[in-house]
Amino acid sequence: MEHPNSEHGLRSYLIGFVLAVVLTAIPFYVVITHALPPGRTLLVIGIAAVLQILVHLRFFLHLNFTSTPKENLLAIVFTAVLIFIMVGGSFWIMFDLHQRMAI
Amino acid sequence: MSAAVTAHESEAAATHEQRAFGFWLYLMGDAVIFALLFATYVIMVKNTAGGPGGKDLFDLRNAGIETALLLVSSTTFGLASLCSKTGNRGAVLAWLLVTFVLGAGFVFLELREFAGMIRIGAGPDRSGFLSAFFTLVGTHGLHVSVGLTWILILCGQVMLKGLSVPVTSRLFRLGLFWHFLDIAWVGIFSIVYLPGLL
Amino acid sequence: MFGRLTIEALPLYSAIAAGGAAVTVGGALLVAIVITWLGAWRYLWTDWLTSVDHKRIGVMYIVLALIMLLRGFVDAIMMRAQQAMALNSGGYLPPEHFDQIFSSHGTIMIFFMAMPFMTGLINIIVPLQIGTRDVAFPFLNSLSLWLTASGAGLVMLSLVIGKFSTAGWTGYPPYSGVEANPGVGVDYWIWAILISGVGSTLSGINFIVTILKRRAPGMTLMRMTPFVWTALCASVLMAFAFPALTVACGLLALDRTFGMHFFTNAHGGNMMNYPNLFWIWGHPEVYILILPAFGIFSEVVSTFSRKRLFGYESLVYATAAIAILSFTVWLHHFFTMGSSANVNAFFGITTMIIAVPTGVKVFNWLLTMYRGRIDFHPSMMWTIGFMVTFVIGGMTGVLLAIPSADFLMHNTTFLVAHFHNMIIPGVLFGYLAGYMYWFPKAFGFALDRKWGLASFWCWMIGFYLAFMPLYLLGFKGMPRRMEQYNDPSWQPYLMVAASGAFVVLLGIAAMVMQLYVSVRDRKKTADVTGDPFDGRTLEWATSSPPPAYNFAVLPEVRDREAFLDMKERGVERQRPAAYEDIHMPRNSMVGVAMGAFAFAFGFAMIWHIWWLAAACGLAMWVAMIARSSDDDAEFRISAAEVKQIEDARFRALGSQAGRRA
Repeated sequence: MEHPNSEHGLRSYLIGFVLAVVLTAIPFYVVITHALPPGRTLLVIGIAAVLQILVHLRFFLHLNFTSTPKENLLAIVFTAVLIFIMVGGSFWIMFDLHQRMAI
Repeated sequence: MSAAVTAHESEAAATHEQRAFGFWLYLMGDAVIFALLFATYVIMVKNTAGGPGGKDLFDLRNAGIETALLLVSSTTFGLASLCSKTGNRGAVLAWLLVTFVLGAGFVFLELREFAGMIRIGAGPDRSGFLSAFFTLVGTHGLHVSVGLTWILILCGQVMLKGLSVPVTSRLFRLGLFWHFLDIAWVGIFSIVYLPGLL
Repeated sequence: MFGRLTIEALPLYSAIAAGGAAVTVGGALLVAIVITWLGAWRYLWTDWLTSVDHKRIGVMYIVLALIMLLRGFVDAIMMRAQQAMALNSGGYLPPEHFDQIFSSHGTIMIFFMAMPFMTGLINIIVPLQIGTRDVAFPFLNSLSLWLTASGAGLVMLSLVIGKFSTAGWTGYPPYSGVEANPGVGVDYWIWAILISGVGSTLSGINFIVTILKRRAPGMTLMRMTPFVWTALCASVLMAFAFPALTVACGLLALDRTFGMHFFTNAHGGNMMNYPNLFWIWGHPEVYILILPAFGIFSEVVSTFSRKRLFGYESLVYATAAIAILSFTVWLHHFFTMGSSANVNAFFGITTMIIAVPTGVKVFNWLLTMYRGRIDFHPSMMWTIGFMVTFVIGGMTGVLLAIPSADFLMHNTTFLVAHFHNMIIPGVLFGYLAGYMYWFPKAFGFALDRKWGLASFWCWMIGFYLAFMPLYLLGFKGMPRRMEQYNDPSWQPYLMVAASGAFVVLLGIAAMVMQLYVSVRDRKKTADVTGDPFDGRTLEWATSSPPPAYNFAVLPEVRDREAFLDMKERGVERQRPAAYEDIHMPRNSMVGVAMGAFAFAFGFAMIWHIWWLAAACGLAMWVAMIARSSDDDAEFRISAAEVKQIEDARFRALGSQAGRRA
């Protein structure tokens, strides 16, 4: 079962919560205030989202390189690669078509 | 006697491990579903067919409150899991109920948003963009609703059976599910709501 | 009350369609009458339908696959007959009906013949080969079976109530959209696939966990048999690719049922996204089907050449490489959709790359046979026939991977010939080799060799007669799926192709005959040893058929060819000092019940009977909750019972040895 060590304790959830709040507040703030041009705003939103997903994986789902079973880590890395291939490929194919069909 | 007990315990641990891994794989498949719905949404985001777009429809305050509700509920669920490890049944029940209320608030806000959009003629059959929006956000909402019923069922089990080995094992998988939904929501506000309001 | 279901739904529009319905209903009634006459309902229910034993579930999968093979083959022979006749005339099938037939042929052969056949073989053999007592999630296994069966049931039902899709097995919009295709046909197709697709995803997850977490002590990853490796890779593809099919078909269903605009012409739909999503699943699906067949060929070649498999590691790495590469080639199914040269070139090159690991495997098998003492068992013949034929199909595939060549040949019979040239030898021959190889393990008696060889030769010759002419017709520019044509130079080729279909029919008849003869002579060909072919892997270490618990004591593995190694060390018949109690999962009727509800749910969604859909959805939900709250799903086989069963086995073994001496 779960190993009752401090990694998974109250501290972990609270750190995760605070980090998630910060990483949510930044993109919301940037969008509300229009502080940056649209391109940069998208970049900030993207970076904050990726960081926040990592925070959730680390502090809420307790993924790490020591106590998480190897198979689970392998599965999530494989999924990330597949999502990159599928989503990236779809964008490449569909936006290329958009351009050629002039829509 | 003690040998038999440890054998039984290691068997229970193996069962828990297999179930956790199987459920993890299910979540990975679900992640692929969400990824393709996100891709479809991005491909179709400009296909408004003369109808309203994100800028006309999205309300950042609503999305912000929804985000807060889910994030806090993820944390309260974590507190429930912590209490289950110390065997504090009452605290587990209390945190599960708090999580349920927060999740239900989220679903309520989402349904209200959907209803408002449909009322002004911006339903899923209005344009390709809106079909993609309702399907993506609705799929997440459906998952949250499933999670809510699951929380209620586990509350019942905790009350009737106590924090037995199978019940805590289920609680662990429900936790994976609930935290996973929060991750999917991070994708939704970062890809749907925030860029939609730029 | 009944949505759009009216009396008009009965297929009285043509004699042939009514005949098909009559055969379906009559066949079902006949089976029911025979079961009643044998008084076997209770036995069937308690020992089979509600069983969670992986071996029985596997057998039921294969029975389903063989029934659907017959149905799919009837479709095939009807198409070949139509095209042989239809020069300047309508043949005997109206276009509407012909279109239903090619759609159901493809759908059935992929989803309800090949998929269940593969899942069945994996179910029976993989737990035995890795030395475990059951799969990780026995109930889920039963649920997967019944979801697949209810999908197959929906396809069969479309013969009797309403019509099937006319949009081909891929169902491209806008033709499969509600404007061009307002009837129930496409809905039958969508719901059959969605329901069985959930079953396949669950099977994939189940096998991954089983293989990664339940191997016998000592069985490291690199000691797993080639079949287990290919089953693992295919399961990974199932778990990760089927969600894409769910998305593609689910969005099409939303378009059709709720008037959304994912793939429509108007209102901002983007129909080009459908082929994109569909083939993200579709190309891995090819390898889901073909990898386990590669595993079977590897087992068969090694056993019947009496040699260790040549280049095991390279085969394992090739399999894993294919599993990942298969996600990177999907655009080659729609080169002609209009992507720019860069995009097409990228996917053309990845397609050529994926041929390399497959080529590696051909050398693995050839070099295993080299200098082996080959026993030409029917399974071995299927394997040799596969190697010769598959290489031809592979080369036409590399040809089609060149986008500029594909522009000329796409949508012609060249393509039809190509993918049949991959899937018949690569998939079906493999599963039939596995069927004839492992039949004695599942039932305790062997299949007749003579009829097996007859079946092989009819299939082999029939295949070449049926599909080589289609390559030539493709070069002559004949489009696929033509109900009639006016070019007289095509007809001779189509007549040869039709004759090939009839030779294949003889092959199927020989398979039926083989089954009949073998069951009749089962006493003579009984397999008492559990090891009829001098096997090398663990499935042969237990009795045929294996007891419910597979292994009284879990075997300890010291070599890749675990059982051969045990035989060499002389410990293959060693008995423990004492047996222990064994816990096994208890049978459950929830799987069958959920399958039945899923079937009714699909039917209700197809005909827009909303109250029934809601009721069935609720029923599935309640059944799932009830099942998942059950803490006590196991029963105990006491050590005394185990001893009794094992004693009986060793007595039989002893008398066998005595007779031989």
